[in-house]
Amino acid sequence: MKKTICVLLSLVLMLSALLTLSSCGKSKSLVLNVYNWGEYISDGSEGTLDTIAAFKEWYQQTYGAKITVRYTTYQSNEDMYAKLSSGAVSYDVIIPSDYMIARMKDEGMLLPLNYDNIPNYQYIDESFRGLYYDPDNQYTVPYTYGVVGIIYDANVVDEADVGDWDLMWNEKYAGNILQFNNSRDAFATAQYKLGLDVNSTDHANWDAALQELKTQSPMIKSYVMDEVYNMMESGEAAIAAYYAGDYFTMLDNQSDSVDLQFYYPERTNYFVDAMCIPSCCQNKELAEIFINYMLSEEPAIANAEYIYYASPNSLVYDSEDYQEELGEDAIAILYPGIENFSELYNEYAYRNLDPDTLSYITTLWETLKIS
Amino acid sequence: MKHVSRIYTALILLFLFAPIAILLVFSFNSSKSLSVFSSFSMHWYRELFRDSETLSSVKNTLILAVSASIISTVMGTAAAVGMHRLKKRYLRVAMDAVTNIPMINPDIITGISLMLMFVFVGRFFGAATSLNFGTMLIAHITFCLPYVILQVLPKIQQMDASLPEAAMDLGCTPIKAFLKVEVPEIMPGIITGLIMAFTLSLDDFVISYFTTGNGFQTLPIRIYNMTKKTVTPKMYALATIIFFVILALLLLSNVFDANTAQTIREARSRKKANHAKKEL
Repeated sequence: MKKTICVLLSLVLMLSALLTLSSCGKSKSLVLNVYNWGEYISDGSEGTLDTIAAFKEWYQQTYGAKITVRYTTYQSNEDMYAKLSSGAVSYDVIIPSDYMIARMKDEGMLLPLNYDNIPNYQYIDESFRGLYYDPDNQYTVPYTYGVVGIIYDANVVDEADVGDWDLMWNEKYAGNILQFNNSRDAFATAQYKLGLDVNSTDHANWDAALQELKTQSPMIKSYVMDEVYNMMESGEAAIAAYYAGDYFTMLDNQSDSVDLQFYYPERTNYFVDAMCIPSCCQNKELAEIFINYMLSEEPAIANAEYIYYASPNSLVYDSEDYQEELGEDAIAILYPGIENFSELYNEYAYRNLDPDTLSYITTLWETLKIS
Repeated sequence: MKHVSRIYTALILLFLFAPIAILLVFSFNSSKSLSVFSSFSMHWYRELFRDSETLSSVKNTLILAVSASIISTVMGTAAAVGMHRLKKRYLRVAMDAVTNIPMINPDIITGISLMLMFVFVGRFFGAATSLNFGTMLIAHITFCLPYVILQVLPKIQQMDASLPEAAMDLGCTPIKAFLKVEVPEIMPGIITGLIMAFTLSLDDFVISYFTTGNGFQTLPIRIYNMTKKTVTPKMYALATIIFFVILALLLLSNVFDANTAQTIREARSRKKANHAKKEL
């Protein structure tokens, strides 16, 4: 008796497991799977637009059909890549960074877009077309971009010392400087300072950068990533390199004794995050409709205001409401008016490095961290 | 010596509760900063209840934890009963070892191997996506199961084997004897197992991370994914709420325990008194 019950129970469990496994492939209802960075969309907090809810409403009004959006987030490009390449999930829209786009494109993980379904692409600035990761404009629609600059506390740092990367190597501020706790970003600060190529495969180039970092290391307060926010806001440290958009987050929270300022060095890092459709997409047309919606005025502005990164969309940066909301100073910093953006970008942005170089950098990074 | 031990206790308590205290204080901060307390405000609590994405991940986490803990408790209790009744000693030892493996296995290995299996089975059946709520539930049951067995098995072993036999002697069917006699006897083990499974499932990150699929995100994964930008103070507010809910549950269950212990004691003393009266 008990045995039969056990057998029956286990059969039921197995069947239900199989059903959940097989049902997902066949579902015909309208579902859009979006995979984005965490905190990278206006989500309705503090009176902002809830982009996903607004899209669902807009879709229902325009096409008269209900749609489910399953929105999930990832923490890094590598996490997203691992999840997608496992073949266990299917997403319709992803928003990776430039170097990851190049890699995924080379590995055939992206689908070419049908730009007829994305008429709002016309608002994307010319400078953001034909960038190295997508030279023929086939796979991507840029979402945000950013430039690395140097943030400093004007109450500690003398105006006269400000300028280019030298501030991060200035002995006067020893013990007040923060450096990236990430090999690629840390080496890049030295390479930009020395005028070296950040995408070089030449070991001598990286050795030179390591020497520069070694002379800097006694002056460093600590090597940080996220901790940079609290340390700069509280005045614990006075100099750090970070993205312009993140500078404003710090500015909002700085304590009274701190006066954070920002400037761009001459050579510096640029990044672009762009919307793409991965090859596991189930409903390409719907994905393109979503991408197009994200470029339209209201959501694009809401997202740009929420994320605080610069937008390549002219509907955003030309909008008077947006400029007013951010204020003149912020606009001046976020949009430094780079005329030859694509040229600078193609020269200074990170590219995917070959595994040999990457492992060489890792070794160098370890010797730096040990010494 | 007394002072030393007091200071030691105070230090232990400080290290245990200081992080929670800081979290609690800063959840009432009106600004975003973790270093500057601007002024008291309920701002982040209001924000939390407006954040549909976080709320849905809380809902997902609870659905998953409740179903995983209930299913694993039922399965684990059945398994413990079965393991107790195994006649051959070597079989029993083997079963013990097998149930212990998922417990000593590092989470990351359990996570990756489960993911690989799900992907393999998914491909086998030609599904486009093989990870979803179902796979996550299976994964959570998998790692909760040994803990339930570990809680229930000793209770069965402690139980007097003649109790169910007596019940059957008095006319109970084996099922009735199991439900009416054995289950109440091992109930404390089942409850502890259930609570353990629930908390384990609630805060699991590593295994969930590998087995999560489209559109089903639990709270730990959501918080982790926030760390590219900053973790917003909404999360401090959420953590504070969770802390107090759990504290309330703990107090309630303690009060409940004390009450039942009291009634049992009273009932016993009354019985004794009756006995004494009768004997007189």
